[in-house]
Amino acid sequence: MLDFVQQLVSGVALGCVYGLIALGFVLVYKATEVVNFAQGDLMMLGGFFAFTFIGMMGLNYWIGFAGAVAAMALFGMLAERIVVRPILGYPQFSIIMATIGLGYFLRSVAGMIWGTDDFKIETPFSQGVLRIGSLVLAHDKLSVIAATVILCALLWLFFNKTTLGTAMRASSENMLAAYYMGIPVKRVVSIVWAISAAVATCAGVLLAPITFIHSNVGLVLGLKAFPAAVLGGFGSIPGAVVGGVLIGVIESMAGFYLAEGWKDVAPYLVLLAVLLLKPEGLFGLHARKKV
Amino acid sequence: MDATLAPDIILKLSNIESYYGPIMAIRGISLEVPRGRIVTLLGANGAGKTTVLKTISGILDPQKGSIEFMGKPIQRMEADRIVRLGLSHVPEGREVFPFLSVRENLMMGAYPRSDRDGVAEDLERVYGYFPRLKERINQPAGQLSGGEQQMLAIGRALMNRPTLLLLDEPSLGLSPILVKEIFTIIRRVNEEQGMSILLVEQNARVALETAHYGYVLEIGRVVMNDSCDRLMHSQDIQEFYLGAKEAGARGERRWKKKKTWR
Repeated sequence: MLDFVQQLVSGVALGCVYGLIALGFVLVYKATEVVNFAQGDLMMLGGFFAFTFIGMMGLNYWIGFAGAVAAMALFGMLAERIVVRPILGYPQFSIIMATIGLGYFLRSVAGMIWGTDDFKIETPFSQGVLRIGSLVLAHDKLSVIAATVILCALLWLFFNKTTLGTAMRASSENMLAAYYMGIPVKRVVSIVWAISAAVATCAGVLLAPITFIHSNVGLVLGLKAFPAAVLGGFGSIPGAVVGGVLIGVIESMAGFYLAEGWKDVAPYLVLLAVLLLKPEGLFGLHARKKV
Repeated sequence: MDATLAPDIILKLSNIESYYGPIMAIRGISLEVPRGRIVTLLGANGAGKTTVLKTISGILDPQKGSIEFMGKPIQRMEADRIVRLGLSHVPEGREVFPFLSVRENLMMGAYPRSDRDGVAEDLERVYGYFPRLKERINQPAGQLSGGEQQMLAIGRALMNRPTLLLLDEPSLGLSPILVKEIFTIIRRVNEEQGMSILLVEQNARVALETAHYGYVLEIGRVVMNDSCDRLMHSQDIQEFYLGAKEAGARGERRWKKKKTWR
């Protein structure tokens, strides 16, 4: 039983990171119908920014964290402006290819700047553990879960309670009508990219104590986060987080209880099963999108 | 209309040409909307009515010609900036935000505005025009009936408190009773708020009854323009748009009568 709870907690923690990356996929997809395959690499870059600020420049953890988030938000806007906007409206494949290209580019540049070694960010949560009876839970894992919950609550408030957030939902539901309302759709899309890069950075920094940061971490985790987004129903924000947590838990459980090798296969098996039974995903809105 | 009345002309199109890809949809249209008036564009499917509206509101850019709104050239301006100048467009087919609540839809109409009190006032005014929207304030707009969605689309545009309202086919797909209801509101908005309206409508009868002045479009050109009273009594309009039948020499309906403008 203890093992089970501990596996559950580390699965949820890892799953939260998948969920945050998936959230980035979903935000951009909802706003522009573009699947940003560089999402994982944005996370990687955010992690490296934080490593530079905290590990190399010796800034305070929180200041470095905030700095990395701000820098990446700007970077996200820039990426949208330079890579995506000029080809918006052209066939999906061109845009997908462009984002895949962006991902490759970011991986190589990160490799050139920071090398191909693994890096670790020292966090205030790296050492401590929480003991409940004989249950031992590491602070770094709990911090990931707590941060994800806070982040999701903030995003929920932003999207549901602010005018700008509502305008973002409006633009993603009907871009033409958003123009008719006088919503500056292009600026809204820029901000969506900024938010999604910022969320990815949070994922990267939170991940750093659990896994190490290296130039390929975005590719590896992106490939896990993408099924998480699909599992939740591409286009649903709560779906992305739930999908991420599910994949994380399944992976963690399979790694512990099943034979070697199941760990990487099990999430995809569950994904295939879900897609067979519920092709729109767990929280999918696709079938109902056009009213 | 006389050019010396220029200050009262709120919208002026001069020789507008618009294309859909290689297809010329508007072939040099000039028209004017005077302040406080309802002007209607009549014409069959494909005459270019909707294209004219889209060109005015900046969704399409004209290839040639100029559009002046309150004395300012607005051709090729970004659509969202045109809305901010006080020109709102109720698109054909309603185009509400299906997953946003009725209230959120209306608030999106007020997106360019920052005067909270004025917005709250206008929200009440819209609920006054369309009490049914108030009953469904928290429902997603996608769950409303077609008529309610049309009311929402109009109410949403009114939330911008526009100087000029473009209305594209407000009667589309609605029952005769609803059409009557909606056009009553359109007249009230015009009379009570002095809002200028450019109305595109297939239902020529209700359009001519509502508007003050009309333009008749055929394949991208203005072929006739006059006050609605006179248009209503014009033989061509009666026959081709109002469906009046004229008995031919042999007591049959004559289908191939030439229009006077051809």
